Amino acid sequence: MRSSIRLSLAALALAGVVAVPALAQQRDPAYAAARASGKVGEQPDGYLGIVGNADPATQRLVDDINIKRRAVYADKAQKNNATLEAYALSAGCTAVLRTVAGEKYRAPDGTWQTRTNAAPVRDNRCPSAAAGNDAGD
Amino acid sequence: MMHHELTASARAATSPHDTGEGAARMERHRNGKRRALMAGCAILVAGLSGCVNIAAPDKPIVIELNINIRQEVIYRLAADAANTVEENGDIF
Repeated sequence: MRSSIRLSLAALALAGVVAVPALAQQRDPAYAAARASGKVGEQPDGYLGIVGNADPATQRLVDDINIKRRAVYADKAQKNNATLEAYALSAGCTAVLRTVAGEKYRAPDGTWQTRTNAAPVRDNRCPSAAAGNDAGD
Repeated sequence: MMHHELTASARAATSPHDTGEGAARMERHRNGKRRALMAGCAILVAGLSGCVNIAAPDKPIVIELNINIRQEVIYRLAADAANTVEENGDIF
């Protein structure tokens, strides 16, 4: 009896260990470098943008990521009975908020800003930063 | 038809055939029927024109609702969108 409980607990722990890394994926090194150097930044519409002049390699990188984002938005928007545009804007609220100090983001007026430790300037339809994490429904 | 006439009359207890009033009563009944038909037409026409008047002013209200729903939608999606961003760490 006791051994069977221990066995099931061990199985549960193993399942947890296997499931967690599958969710947290890493950024491609080129993408991570472009973000850190401020070549690319987050836009309020939920997509990645190029800061300044676009070189072909950066353009390709941004296009590739935005196509993947759009596919995710389309899938999730349908599941949530929303439009792709509305879902992308909601994700943009989070994506801009998630930038770390030194990274670039685009303010609602279209200008590129460098993120500091202060809260970023976001679309006024975005939920407040505190409510964004624990907003149930 | 006969049943309707009996209940509508004040002197329903006596038969129309026995008293000899049957013919006069039938005449009155026919007049009443025509009047009822005309009244029905009048109500129908009045009803139709009323419907057309009601339909006109609701357009601006619909546009206003769309603006409100949009902001509502962003709030409703916030938690799910935040999860999506976390789960797709390679492209965010």
